[in-house]
Amino acid sequence: MSGRRIMAAEDVRRAVTRISHEIVEKHGGTDGLALVGIQRRGVPLAKRLADAIAEHDGVMLPVGALDITFYRDDLSLVAQQPIVKGTDIGFDLNGYTVVLVDDVLYTGRTIRAAMDALMDFGRPKAIRLAVMVDRGHRELPIRADHVGKNVPTSREEVVHVLVEEVDGEDGVEIARLPDGRLTGGAES
Amino acid sequence: MTPGADRPDGVLPAPAAVPSPAPWAHRHLLDVDTLTRSEIELVMKTTDEMRDILTRPIPKVPALRGMAVTILFYEASTRTRVSFEVAAKNLSADVVNITASASSVSKGESLVDTIRTIEALGADMIVMRHSVSGAPYLAAEVFGGSILNGGDGWHAHPSQALLDLFTMRSRLPGGSLEGRKVVILGDVLHSRVARSNLWTLTAMGADVWICGPSTLLRGYEAWAAHGAAGRRFTLTSDVSAALKDADVLMALRIQKERMASGLLPSLREYAARYGLTQERLRAASPDVVVMHPGPMNEGVEIAADVAVDPRSVITDQVTNGVAVRMALLYLLAGTHHGKVGA
Repeated sequence: MSGRRIMAAEDVRRAVTRISHEIVEKHGGTDGLALVGIQRRGVPLAKRLADAIAEHDGVMLPVGALDITFYRDDLSLVAQQPIVKGTDIGFDLNGYTVVLVDDVLYTGRTIRAAMDALMDFGRPKAIRLAVMVDRGHRELPIRADHVGKNVPTSREEVVHVLVEEVDGEDGVEIARLPDGRLTGGAES
Repeated sequence: MTPGADRPDGVLPAPAAVPSPAPWAHRHLLDVDTLTRSEIELVMKTTDEMRDILTRPIPKVPALRGMAVTILFYEASTRTRVSFEVAAKNLSADVVNITASASSVSKGESLVDTIRTIEALGADMIVMRHSVSGAPYLAAEVFGGSILNGGDGWHAHPSQALLDLFTMRSRLPGGSLEGRKVVILGDVLHSRVARSNLWTLTAMGADVWICGPSTLLRGYEAWAAHGAAGRRFTLTSDVSAALKDADVLMALRIQKERMASGLLPSLREYAARYGLTQERLRAASPDVVVMHPGPMNEGVEIAADVAVDPRSVITDQVTNGVAVRMALLYLLAGTHHGKVGA
């Protein structure tokens, strides 16, 4: 995983802090607010947003983890079944405003799948979206409410958000795919 | 390929011990003897996720949308057939049920022709039960999709072995079979459940004891005598030695319909000497897990009060059966997505 670093650990930390403020501001408080991270790197990011909100607003929001594997629209295109990483939503999300958290927003297909998955757990009052990186190339009419960094990319590039809980360090890297391979719509 | 053709009679190959995150590579599930330990772990992990889905308000996900699953049973069954059907529907697959007695099979259509017909009708996966050992292997040779063996003759019942394993792991402290004494008691001669369980349990490191009247243990002696590196397996007719300190007790149905005359003096004598009663249960570990693949003959191989004892997980086995079969359908579907034949 070697590429050009476009966000350092410090930038990621600042983006998390800013987004945590934005979420509370947009919602007008913390009542009825919940965070759900999308497996895999969205989960630690959601947890960090919750910690940041707890720090400045004194309220620990409910945090869930969502695995969207069974809701992907490309299961028939990938060669092997992706390994499922687990869904854990320990609260009743009926009536909550749920902020979905993911690392990279790309085609929008992951978010489409995540919204379908959430709906199977209940009827949230609203669903919002927070991402660390928006790299463009949407294939669906989806946009993020809160973005860490907008990064114009080409389809020959791949964006890696690194989080300490998974990768041992924080940061965002951009790399070029070898020999003209295109990034599929699947991953983000 | 005929079952067992790749191994000399009576020799258990050593379990593949190296657990790596190997992806699923089997297009068919004909038995568990081809599964490595890490593949079994993958099934268990996927089953965990499926169990979670079953607890949701809407226990249904779209993972197999557009997949056509045909359930083809040449033998009577309630739980296996319904369990596969529920599993496929929970994954949003389209399910067709064929009962052999009500199909062209009764007009003499051969198995191969039936499979070709089902393929031409658009099936991606066939769940199949047949009274002839090895029949699914023949089906797998002609079918372009996936075959799931739902039980063939005396040979194999892979989904049952995997759901039994899952149930044991969810009840045993630490969730591991390593070094646990697992006793399979009863008519192992006619039991595909016992044969498949023997593979998975020994692969997971359990200390397996097979117990029954010597007339019902035939064919297992060679396996037990050879053994194999890393697999522990004891054969006995001594029920008290088998039950002593057992961690898991699995009673098997005395299959009356397959009982050729002369194997047992009478069912009453079997019940008296081998039936799982509260009294016999006392010899086992106090937290023993009591299992039965069903259907039960209460009062023969298992006493009615044992079947409903708090230590009995017989109903858990049924629930876990749905989750395990969801996991298997999901994993197999990934190996031939796109379209059959493509």
